[in-house]
Amino acid sequence: MPFLIIQRLLSTIPVLLVVAVVVFLMLRVSGDPAAILAGDTATSEQIEAVRVALGLDRPVWEQFLGWIVQVLRGDLGESLFTGLPVTTLIGQRIEPTAMLALTTIVFSVLVAVPLGVLAAWRANTWVDRAVMVFAVLGFSVPVFVLGYFLMYAFSISLRWLPVQGYTSPFVDFGAFLRQIILPTLTLSCIYIALIARITRASVMEVLNEDYIRTARAKGQIERIVLFRHALKNAAVPIVTVIGLGVALLIGGVVVTESVFNIPGLGRLVVDAITRRDYPIIQGLILFFAFIYVMLNLMIDLTYAALDPRIRY
Amino acid sequence: MTGKPVLSIRNLSVALPEGADRRHAVENVSFDVDPGEIVCVVGESGSGKSVTAFSVMGLLPPGELKPVQGEILLEGENVLTASPQRLRDLRGTRMAMIFQEPATALNPVMTVGQQIDEVLRIHTGLPPAERKAKVIGVLDAMHLPDPAGAYDKYPHQMSGGQRQRVMIAAAMALDPAILIADEPTTALDVTTQAQILTLIKEMQERRGTGVLFITHDFGVVAEIADKVVVMRQGSVVESGPAGAIFENPREDYTRMLISSVPSLDPPAREPAQGPVAVESIGLVKRYGGGGWFAKKGEGFLAVKGVDLSVRRGETLGVVGESGSGKSTVARCIVRLIDPTEGAVRLAGTDIAKLSTRGLRPYRRRIQIVFQDPYRSLNPRRTVGASIIEGPMNFGLPKAEATARARNLMGLVGLKPDALERYPHQFSGGQRQRLAIARALAMEPDVIIADEAVSALDVSVQKQVLELLDRVKREFDLALLFITHDLRVAAQICDRIMVMQRGEVVEAGPTRAMFRAPKHPYTAALLAAAPGRGFGETVAA
Repeated sequence: MPFLIIQRLLSTIPVLLVVAVVVFLMLRVSGDPAAILAGDTATSEQIEAVRVALGLDRPVWEQFLGWIVQVLRGDLGESLFTGLPVTTLIGQRIEPTAMLALTTIVFSVLVAVPLGVLAAWRANTWVDRAVMVFAVLGFSVPVFVLGYFLMYAFSISLRWLPVQGYTSPFVDFGAFLRQIILPTLTLSCIYIALIARITRASVMEVLNEDYIRTARAKGQIERIVLFRHALKNAAVPIVTVIGLGVALLIGGVVVTESVFNIPGLGRLVVDAITRRDYPIIQGLILFFAFIYVMLNLMIDLTYAALDPRIRY
Repeated sequence: MTGKPVLSIRNLSVALPEGADRRHAVENVSFDVDPGEIVCVVGESGSGKSVTAFSVMGLLPPGELKPVQGEILLEGENVLTASPQRLRDLRGTRMAMIFQEPATALNPVMTVGQQIDEVLRIHTGLPPAERKAKVIGVLDAMHLPDPAGAYDKYPHQMSGGQRQRVMIAAAMALDPAILIADEPTTALDVTTQAQILTLIKEMQERRGTGVLFITHDFGVVAEIADKVVVMRQGSVVESGPAGAIFENPREDYTRMLISSVPSLDPPAREPAQGPVAVESIGLVKRYGGGGWFAKKGEGFLAVKGVDLSVRRGETLGVVGESGSGKSTVARCIVRLIDPTEGAVRLAGTDIAKLSTRGLRPYRRRIQIVFQDPYRSLNPRRTVGASIIEGPMNFGLPKAEATARARNLMGLVGLKPDALERYPHQFSGGQRQRLAIARALAMEPDVIIADEAVSALDVSVQKQVLELLDRVKREFDLALLFITHDLRVAAQICDRIMVMQRGEVVEAGPTRAMFRAPKHPYTAALLAAAPGRGFGETVAA
């Protein structure tokens, strides 16, 4: 097991290097930041001056090497616009995104797994069909539609919850909760649908296994047959989907953050892209790549914890 | 052993869902199990023997099978009318069940101890320490080595026989009045089977438990039954004391079943004189150990230098228990897997190290028929499409390939219109005929049958064996027959090779080896074959 962890941590290095090269080159061929930075009315001399100031006149490989050396020192560079270090910007924006991801995934799992188990247990009855209809709806309603609808219903009409914004739970936990409920509901919908479906499929398969029959032959009650015998055996695909869900969440919160005006990483990405703020884009993509690799490692470790037959 | 029966089944009928090929899975079945008595319910697939067993436990799949008539009295109490709560109370305490496949009947993510402990947790109020002591005690009574250590093991860390002991431990933990055993030794090796049968007998004798034993194997019946119930298509054909059934069966069906069991006494056979069709020299297969960090010599040595040769017109049997490497040998020879070392000579060429492209022309010459006819035919393609695919890959025009397939249907005893149908429309025996036809369509020199009749009922098994023997002679094929079943091997093989842990321990003509085994392992295998002695008298 420790061997796996070390091996995986080492394997992040080539992965991140490939990501770095690809991102760096893609951004270089997709437009001229000096022109954007200098403004619409700038003369070609002014643009050239900006280019020299930013070091964009140097050969591409030189720029890349310089950037990599910087990154290895833990410095992701500074924003072209605000001049703030990228690490500082990520640090500022990570909390809202992480909190929203956390509440969303916890809520989704708590709702979706029991729903999926229930649907599997009562497969092909109205209970099962109701859950599956909900799952299809959850997939098909766009996030912004659901977000604005919830906002209209609960904030504007009923006035139960604030319309938008974000407060850190470490500052005011009550305000945090009130503000995070609607974004969490909005974002959870699709994950509940996804996780409930995979839970249903996975548990249904396991319910046909011989050891489920054995458990019943021992006189075990259905609740324990379902949640102790079946669910743990069905867990590997469910955990895979949850893990992928978390990975997608981090990149996928953009719309939700925009709808609810939450100052998170998703907004940072969008702003950086529209302004061609290279250092931020590069830094964020590297950061996401690192998170994805770590998530995959965690998923693999969870497999081993759930199934004694899986050993690395 | 008389007295009040522990289990009494009276006029039981179980309905099949609408649209099935018959109305009842089980019809008007009645028999008793007395305390300390082993009753064997024997029949072929579809006879309703397992449905009867599951009816007793109340474990029939809900919505599909429903008891519609009769009663099942467990110590006088009708379980068919018991509430779900009462049924749960009875399961594990008064009635317990063990299953065919101990590898899948145990939960893979719970330790063995937890799974036996579960019975005590559900049905007793014992504190954890006492429960643990009791579980270890039960494991000990099952003759498991190191019962305390076994407590914390997971099922996959045990052998098949140990797992079945664990299942029996869980079933016997609370001393039930009746133990229902559904083909409990079918998935086990013969030597392990013999041990498990002894264990079940010991439990029944020491604790006076009634045993309802479901099996298709008359050898096993001969070994342990006090009373026999023969079932066919949902009804009881005949029943009575074991001795009477064997010595003097009243019904033709029973006689047919008993005589279909292959005899352990091989017929005399002329040694084959044809040219050698395929041979292996020093065949070695090592699994694993190929990784970056693996040291030389790591991994698992499944086959340790096997030499064999099969002549045209000859059947060579490779016999062994699970893990002996017999299937690995077969797969290496067909090059489904690549041998680690050694040579495989087919038509004068060593194919062991040929590239995929170089191997292609030789693929046609050597064909394999697998064990499970339900999974070896693609369920989404018609049988015809599966059969003509191979010849067409080797350049035969579709019309000719189809004509060949139609001819083959007649040869294997099916109608040509079978080609238009899908595998699920056939029975197990018919599918195995189709698999043989598929192999023959390639016009091979060599056919490898890997446990090709092991999943079939005895009466069907007999027909498929006859078919294999006939096509071998008709096409002058070399037949390499892989099996764990000594009775089958005795009937079809000219020569036999016995394998143990990747090595050949004995090889020679079948009749000589069965009559006078030289290696102690061969002798042990023969001694463990269930119902020794019964086959000879009946078949003779």
